[in-house]
Amino acid sequence: MRHTPSGLSVPDPSRRALLRGIGGAAALGAGLPLLSACGGGDSGSDAKTVTLGSNSSDAVPKKAFADIYAAFTKKTGIKVDVNTKDHNTFQEQINSYLQGTPDDVFTWFAGYRMQFFAGKGLAGPIDDVWTKIGSSFPEAMKQLSKGADGKYYFVPLYTYPWAVFYRKSVFKEHGYEVPTTWAQFTALCRQMQKDGLVPIAFGDKDAWPALGTFDQINFRTNGYDFHVELMAGKASWTDAKVRATFDNWAEILPYSQEGSTGRTWQDAAQTLVSKKAGMYLLGTFIGQQFTNATDRDDLDFFAFPEIDPSFGQDTVEAPTDGFMLAKSPKNKAGSLQLLEYLGTPEAEQIYLKSDPNVVAASTTADTSSYSPLQKKAYDMISGAKHLTQFMDRDSRPDFTSTVMQPALQKFIRDPKGVDSLLASIERQKKTIFASS
Amino acid sequence: MSTSDSIPAIPVPGASDVPPPGGTRAPSSPQRRKPPYGHRRLLTRRDRIALGFMAGLPTLLHVALVWVTAFASVALAFTTWDGIGFDSIKWVGLRNFRELFDSNPQFWPAVQHNVIWFVVLIVIPTPLGLFLAVQLDKNIRFTRVYQTAFFLPVVVSLAVTGFVWQLVYNPDTGLINSLIGANKPGHYIDWIGDPDLNLWAVLVAACWRHTGYMMILYLAGLKGVDPSLREASSLDGANEWQTFKNVIFPTLRPTNTIVLVVTIIESLRAFDLVYVFNGGAQGTELLSILVTNNIIGESSRIGYGSAIAVVLLVISLVVIIPYLVGTFRKERRA
Repeated sequence: MRHTPSGLSVPDPSRRALLRGIGGAAALGAGLPLLSACGGGDSGSDAKTVTLGSNSSDAVPKKAFADIYAAFTKKTGIKVDVNTKDHNTFQEQINSYLQGTPDDVFTWFAGYRMQFFAGKGLAGPIDDVWTKIGSSFPEAMKQLSKGADGKYYFVPLYTYPWAVFYRKSVFKEHGYEVPTTWAQFTALCRQMQKDGLVPIAFGDKDAWPALGTFDQINFRTNGYDFHVELMAGKASWTDAKVRATFDNWAEILPYSQEGSTGRTWQDAAQTLVSKKAGMYLLGTFIGQQFTNATDRDDLDFFAFPEIDPSFGQDTVEAPTDGFMLAKSPKNKAGSLQLLEYLGTPEAEQIYLKSDPNVVAASTTADTSSYSPLQKKAYDMISGAKHLTQFMDRDSRPDFTSTVMQPALQKFIRDPKGVDSLLASIERQKKTIFASS
Repeated sequence: MSTSDSIPAIPVPGASDVPPPGGTRAPSSPQRRKPPYGHRRLLTRRDRIALGFMAGLPTLLHVALVWVTAFASVALAFTTWDGIGFDSIKWVGLRNFRELFDSNPQFWPAVQHNVIWFVVLIVIPTPLGLFLAVQLDKNIRFTRVYQTAFFLPVVVSLAVTGFVWQLVYNPDTGLINSLIGANKPGHYIDWIGDPDLNLWAVLVAACWRHTGYMMILYLAGLKGVDPSLREASSLDGANEWQTFKNVIFPTLRPTNTIVLVVTIIESLRAFDLVYVFNGGAQGTELLSILVTNNIIGESSRIGYGSAIAVVLLVISLVVIIPYLVGTFRKERRA
């Protein structure tokens, strides 16, 4: 479940997740963070070792990262001591982890979530690294890697876009054309429904997928700038512009798969695999569900259609994962060397070899080994005027998890109650953004 | 239980007026171990240190983990804190509570669901558990097998229970929708997501488990009923129902009290089942889940989450204090 964009979701309820819940419940009696919960290894105090806290707990990426570190050790003689934690646990414990004795370098996400910890002084600036690796990254990636103070805090490794996925064979069979405007898109939805297909597959049991749908409709309707203001808590949720976003959403809700609040994204993706659904708006990690090679080759995507011509399709949602430096690393020189290496095309290529669902964050990485889908994703991201991360990476996580996730689930079930819903969101937003 | 029996096993601090432990080890010849001098300390230095540890450490842990944390939580309920550094704690008075009561759309449904949870547990699984217990108490054949079967859901972790039922209710591939053909577009039943259905769906799972629990409690109670009572009542010509209603059930009073308390606790701490089932989505909000969602994870609204926890604590106290008062009064009388 590595690619789930939300840090607060557990795609499959696992025993581990539950125990964490219980543990959390026990701890919250105290309301005190478990400061000592996750200290890094102390073995990294010598100059020849760098410790690294990783959230890559799945076998494939874990191996891919291990290959990168091995290559780094070979090159520099510095050992990387990796402390891997379950992906979701890592995210949930990040607060106490960074306040305790974190590892020298740790995996994290670009954008607001990175800036938050940089602003709290829990991460170290790495401008020195960027003077060396800066030339291989596009401007949008540079923006994503900077804190609010203008310093660099983040080294991006890979990224992936959100888009509307479909099966080429289904479109060919029914003679559908890829829609580029809202009118074409809604017409296609109607046609698919007539043809006995579920036009838009949808699963929001884990509550974060709907955040992605909102993002797309909102920046297509109101543009990137308004979207950013809204995420930052500056624009009002009772603004007529937000209402317009929800009106557009309500227009396609009848074409979205029924019973979505009880369905996981994996189950929704399966309806696309089995050709029962026509389209599905999701990140490229949908590829994980296409396990059969022929199905995989049949998978394609297009950018979410244009709604307002003045914004066109200029914004792409492309969550980016990478690395940060702890506030006081034990081996700073070695850590900087490692971060510099992680910012090279070489490191990115080692990683991409084993994960075909993502693309390199740098523009200098070799794209010759990309699959057609990866090439398309790469073009989409490098051609974007603006990049967004994902609602819960672009806004305060407390706001998105405790207010937006339940609110959007409610909207999906009852689109008519949108006015009172937006008023409620705005009320809660004010108090959350006021307390910081 | 006589005092002298219990002494060797449990060293109590005020044990100076009872024979030394050695005395009980060889009760037949107490003279053999008679001390050569007049007064001998009953507890050696090492004993006292050990005792100090045995009594002190749990006390310390209890105070630190229960009382200090509970009070800290109450104090934090009047602050906002993102969990980073103690200097970011800010006093906000009653703001968290005002916000909670006025503008949190999940709070009142959560309170309501906790109450529904309690009422349902009392109305359905409790009588059912009593019924099963009465049947099993009749020493029918394979009673052990039945007991095990009904009690098994209690032994299984709630996380597993939630996971299994979630598979049963899965709208696309679940057992129920597949059997009744409700997984096709047009006649879809969303057991997990539909706010009118999901609480009842998850309550079925909760009842399934609670019935076994109640059965065991009542079975234990029934085993303690004096058989001569039944005999006397049947001699008086009472039928089975009359015997149960007028003789057996009144003697189960202590069990009923335990059942009531257990059920209240169960309904207040209901968490794991729902958390696994659908994460407390609309329709299944519970106070415990709201606390968790606000405090753990990156959201870290520790002050606000503590305020919800305090509400939960107050509700628990309102329920538990009358019970404790009743119990203590009874003990004093006895």
